[in-house]
Amino acid sequence: MSGKLEKQYGKKLLEKLYREMVLIRRFEEVAGQQYGLRKIGGFCHLYIGQEAVAVGSIAALDLEKDYVVTAYRDHGHALACGMEPDVIMAELFGKVTGCSGGKGGSMHLFDAGRHMLGGNGIVGAHIPIATGVALKLKTGNEKGVVLCYFGDGAIHQGSFHESMNLAKILGLPIIYICENNQYGMGTDFTRVSSQQDLSVLGTAYNIPGKQLNGMDVLEVYDGIQKAVATVRETSDPLFFEIKTYRYRGHSMSDPAKYRTKEELDNYKQQDPILILKKRLVDEQVFAENKLDEIDEEAKRSSAQSVKFAEESAEPSIESLYSDVYA
Amino acid sequence: MREITIREALNEALQEEMKRDDAVILFGEDIARMQGAFKVTAGLLDMFGEDRVIDTPLAETLVVGGAVGMAMAGLRPVAELMFADFLGIAMDQLCNYAAKMKYNCGVNVPLVVRTACGARGSGMHHSQNTEGWIQNVPGLKIVMPSTAYDAKGLLKSAIRDNNPVVFFEQKTMYGLKGEVPEGGDLVIPLGKADVKRQGGDITIIATGGTVHEALAAAAELEGRGISCEVVDPRTLLPLDHETIIESVKKTHNVVIVHEAPKIGGIGAEIAAVIAEEAIYELESPVRRIGAPFTPVPFSRPLEKAYVPDRERIITTVMELLSPEGV
Repeated sequence: MSGKLEKQYGKKLLEKLYREMVLIRRFEEVAGQQYGLRKIGGFCHLYIGQEAVAVGSIAALDLEKDYVVTAYRDHGHALACGMEPDVIMAELFGKVTGCSGGKGGSMHLFDAGRHMLGGNGIVGAHIPIATGVALKLKTGNEKGVVLCYFGDGAIHQGSFHESMNLAKILGLPIIYICENNQYGMGTDFTRVSSQQDLSVLGTAYNIPGKQLNGMDVLEVYDGIQKAVATVRETSDPLFFEIKTYRYRGHSMSDPAKYRTKEELDNYKQQDPILILKKRLVDEQVFAENKLDEIDEEAKRSSAQSVKFAEESAEPSIESLYSDVYA
Repeated sequence: MREITIREALNEALQEEMKRDDAVILFGEDIARMQGAFKVTAGLLDMFGEDRVIDTPLAETLVVGGAVGMAMAGLRPVAELMFADFLGIAMDQLCNYAAKMKYNCGVNVPLVVRTACGARGSGMHHSQNTEGWIQNVPGLKIVMPSTAYDAKGLLKSAIRDNNPVVFFEQKTMYGLKGEVPEGGDLVIPLGKADVKRQGGDITIIATGGTVHEALAAAAELEGRGISCEVVDPRTLLPLDHETIIESVKKTHNVVIVHEAPKIGGIGAEIAAVIAEEAIYELESPVRRIGAPFTPVPFSRPLEKAYVPDRERIITTVMELLSPEGV
């Protein structure tokens, strides 16, 4: 039986979405373990639970001309942009083979060649920068689109509002994506936001907004794919609130006591990977063992990335002084 | 030789660089139609159009942050902050993003932030010399010209530099005339101090507006038989140690002058450099002249008491060299 699902998306895309989400899940699980083993230090914000957001939206891009700019919970975006697990894990370990030679760390993943411009550490601060990238695309008439991601914590920063306003008046090809995982660190967003429906925040700037279910990768893909096509033509910004949920704490040091086990379990019932897997099997796009094999591959490449990171050298002390100036 | 004002010199620099390189664009509040609060960008909108001379909303985080994004994506933005006091609003973008991108991801940020500094009867929020706020941020360069010639040559260099450069313009000096050759390509390398007056008895190291106070003091002191050498670092970061130390070895006495508060000012850094590299050359203690540790006052007599002037320089030199003659 050739299902509707396969016809609509094609096997290749469906496999890609599944493969990338599973890779992020397994990579993050391993990163969490390595953090526990103190192989990774500093701050480490895992993306588990939110995979569908980065994967579904970045799948809509052409990274030859489009750009991704995100915040500090960036491992998922980096993987979805095609950065190698080895290079990312090495960066988490602070090794010379990492994407910043060990000088950036978890929050500062970067791959300029793949148009992945961070990995940025300060809440909301990258939003003007992403807007500037969009201005460059507009100036050069390059038909590229910027996806700018941030959390629900960032929308109260002035930088977000300043950027939305400029993007509208200059007509910039950018899509602002608020990944609402419901907690800014330990604070329920409803306690600190006068507006509970974040998708309306763009309307003050005449930027249409829309909510998407971030636990459903196909809904994210559909929404962003359409939006990217529109913005590519109109060069007019759009805003999305993608509702999602992180299974782990804000960072590795957060036991997440501010939420109930029931709440977490409820979201785990809507797990983005399980939802897609079920559909792929039910609608006979892939046999379950094929999907399990993809999962095994993700586990293997995640484990391999740890080996790569462990075996990589520490950066030389001289590198402390390199790349301070051009 | 032809004489033009610093304002005209800066305007010429912008014009020439915009003609030379399409990637150079101007970005700031009231710079296009209003031609800038101090008219530095006069005529440029007509010459280059609104895609390259962009009026922004009044939002400094966005002005600098947006320019960082443009620079990362391949433009060479010259952002304008109307007053150096407003640097605080854009501090995060400047110090945490512009300054660190190269280190994080190897991407150059060829950005100039032009801003007007100095006391001119405008009170505590529109008068400060704020270079001290940013002088210990690795990744930034800081330029502060004192003549039309230097203003033109240094701004052209700053625009061509692949690093973020903060360019301080003393607002009392926009109308100051000086010799600038017509035509040609006047480029002054960053990081090179200039000896504005040769002398043998004492070195006065002065920045920005105080260079002219130092020159006036030197002329007066010549009549009293004291030969002053006046050194203008021009670039505060990186600082030209060589020229400073060379002058110290020649005169063996040093006074450092700047308009920013003495505590934590660039004078402290210069004095420390002299102590580290040439303390045995000194015949008298290094003396610093800076603003008192107070906000910039509004009242005329208070402001006059605040800003270091030629009288204070003369008195200080006399105290050092001819204590009985003060």
